[in-house]
Amino acid sequence: MSTTPVTDARTTVRQLSGNHACALGAVAAGCRFFAGYPITPSSEIAERLARALPEVDGVFIQMEDEIASMAAVIGASMGGVKALTATSGPGYSLKQENLGYAAGAEIPCVVVNVMRGGPSTGMPTRPAQGEIMQSRWGSHGDYPIIVLAPASAHEIYTETQRAFELAERLRTPVVLLYDQAVAQLTETVDLGPAGTRAPPERRWASGPRGTWQPYATDADGVPAMARPGDGYRVHTTGLTHAESGFPTQNPQAVERNLGRLFDKLERNRALIDAWQALQCEDAEVLIVAIGICARAARRALVQLRERGVRAGLFRPITLWPFPHDALRAAAAHARAVLVPELNTGQLRLEIERVLPAGTVHGLNRYDGEPITPAQIAARVRELAETTP
Amino acid sequence: MMLDQSADFDVRGYLRLQMMPHFLCPGCGHGIALRALLWALHELAVDKDRLAVVSGIGCAGRLSAYIDASTFHVTHGRPLAYATGLALARPDLHVVVISGDGDCLAIGGNHLIHACRRNLKITCLMLNNEVYGMTGGQVSPTTSESMLTTTTPLGNSEPHFDACALASAAGAGYVGREVTHHVPKLKELIKGGLEHPGFAFIEVLSDCTEIFGRKNDLGSSPEMVLRQKSDIRPSAYRDSVETPFRSSDLPTGVLSRNDRPEYGAAYRKAAAAIQAARRGRA
Repeated sequence: MSTTPVTDARTTVRQLSGNHACALGAVAAGCRFFAGYPITPSSEIAERLARALPEVDGVFIQMEDEIASMAAVIGASMGGVKALTATSGPGYSLKQENLGYAAGAEIPCVVVNVMRGGPSTGMPTRPAQGEIMQSRWGSHGDYPIIVLAPASAHEIYTETQRAFELAERLRTPVVLLYDQAVAQLTETVDLGPAGTRAPPERRWASGPRGTWQPYATDADGVPAMARPGDGYRVHTTGLTHAESGFPTQNPQAVERNLGRLFDKLERNRALIDAWQALQCEDAEVLIVAIGICARAARRALVQLRERGVRAGLFRPITLWPFPHDALRAAAAHARAVLVPELNTGQLRLEIERVLPAGTVHGLNRYDGEPITPAQIAARVRELAETTP
Repeated sequence: MMLDQSADFDVRGYLRLQMMPHFLCPGCGHGIALRALLWALHELAVDKDRLAVVSGIGCAGRLSAYIDASTFHVTHGRPLAYATGLALARPDLHVVVISGDGDCLAIGGNHLIHACRRNLKITCLMLNNEVYGMTGGQVSPTTSESMLTTTTPLGNSEPHFDACALASAAGAGYVGREVTHHVPKLKELIKGGLEHPGFAFIEVLSDCTEIFGRKNDLGSSPEMVLRQKSDIRPSAYRDSVETPFRSSDLPTGVLSRNDRPEYGAAYRKAAAAIQAARRGRA
């Protein structure tokens, strides 16, 4: 086991890789089912849970492929058990159809995508951030989804727990999206006092059984969920369905259902939105970054401030739905915005959509190497000097 | 002369009557298979609240919506994978999968062989009508040689799968085949599958009169069913591994069974041993 106590057995501080922190966060959140398929650089999550889950009456299974893993996770969740799968690029593509099923049928589940170089088989052991847009739009059709982008092992631990909380409370798939560098970096994680955080609970169906409507909702737009064995005997389908759960092509019912899916997340933005804004109050150049790029930006920020450059960092922790209002506030005084990312410019597309045209610039690296603090600092200085 | 053995069985008690009329074409054998399944569940006194039915996409996939149980109509080819998660998470449930020949053998073929190998307690009914009916009549992995479909206008030249030989070779604990003509026999076969502790695979030879029958001039539904009846040979399996493709002489009944450990129980036993060892160390 790689869990090595730093000082003594009573401390809650551990040295963990991001992937191991994810596995421990899942168990802490009450996850009791994992189905997966081996793929670099996410396999440590599966390996850790293969040992951890049977110790807590959970189930681990290595399925025959990535598609089956996603399907088995949804199947377990339909049975009422909190469920997780983890993968990387190629496997994430394979999971998209069933991920869309979970979004449409509103089955809670958490999916980890550790981003490696792409396209195709790409660079399995190298960091990249090529699925920023796929994580939002990867499955067919129109649907909302929550994507969280932690940037450290400790944050992976806490955000994995928040992912389960959001998935269970809002009946939606939640994607944890982080790059290979963050996944395999071993650093300090505080597991916190054990047992103080109650694992999130799904809202279960209650009330009369004969007339119960599985997709009728309360004011928050989230339908309660029936488990097999509870006596409700409901139908769940990937076909467009009415409140009854049965297929429909009635235009009003179709619009009502899909509209509610989007509305459900919008109404709960207070629960969903998360970001970090560092020294943005007077920032003339704003850096927007996630994952390992945000780590480099943070180092760059220290150097820049020491040299008198008014720079700030906005880091979305919830990537989708994007925290637009918080970004606008952080960019209030910015003359220029820099988006360093490990792709040809995906996050920049969203920032350009929100902030004034012409102010947003990219710093892109897609050679399998992370962007360095020096690269970011140099580009920010350049923007500070050349932008009127 | 076979008497009506189903006199004490009222199928309406297992159906969602609000979903009637059903959408199956006149002459389709799928309704007969559904009745046989419900009859078997009735005779075994399976609690509807403990019954979960998972189905894929296609005509067979639509059947789950008619059953008064917890029903899951999932993605094309994946019902066995969904059912694997459900059955492992909820060993208290009876998990039944309803799939078609395209769903189970083409897009879902990988899941089928691994479900057989794993031997988790799931009862899988594959309704074989030799064609993709819902999408308009394309060739499937079980379409007989030389048959016409919309995608084999020259006649099918691919050999077809013997699904039972495949399931048997892959290790399924219980494998059987029956035709819709023999409803009581089909019911008994399904009962055996439901009672089997491991993975049960049951192929039902159904018929698609409207699309496949019409295209190949096979006559009315009774004619198709009677032809199937004349093709079968109720007996123990023969040459199961040596003959991967169907012959015209189709064996029916229970074709193979084994008593390999059921996966879920084996997993829980191993987990209990780990927990006991940990307690012993503590």
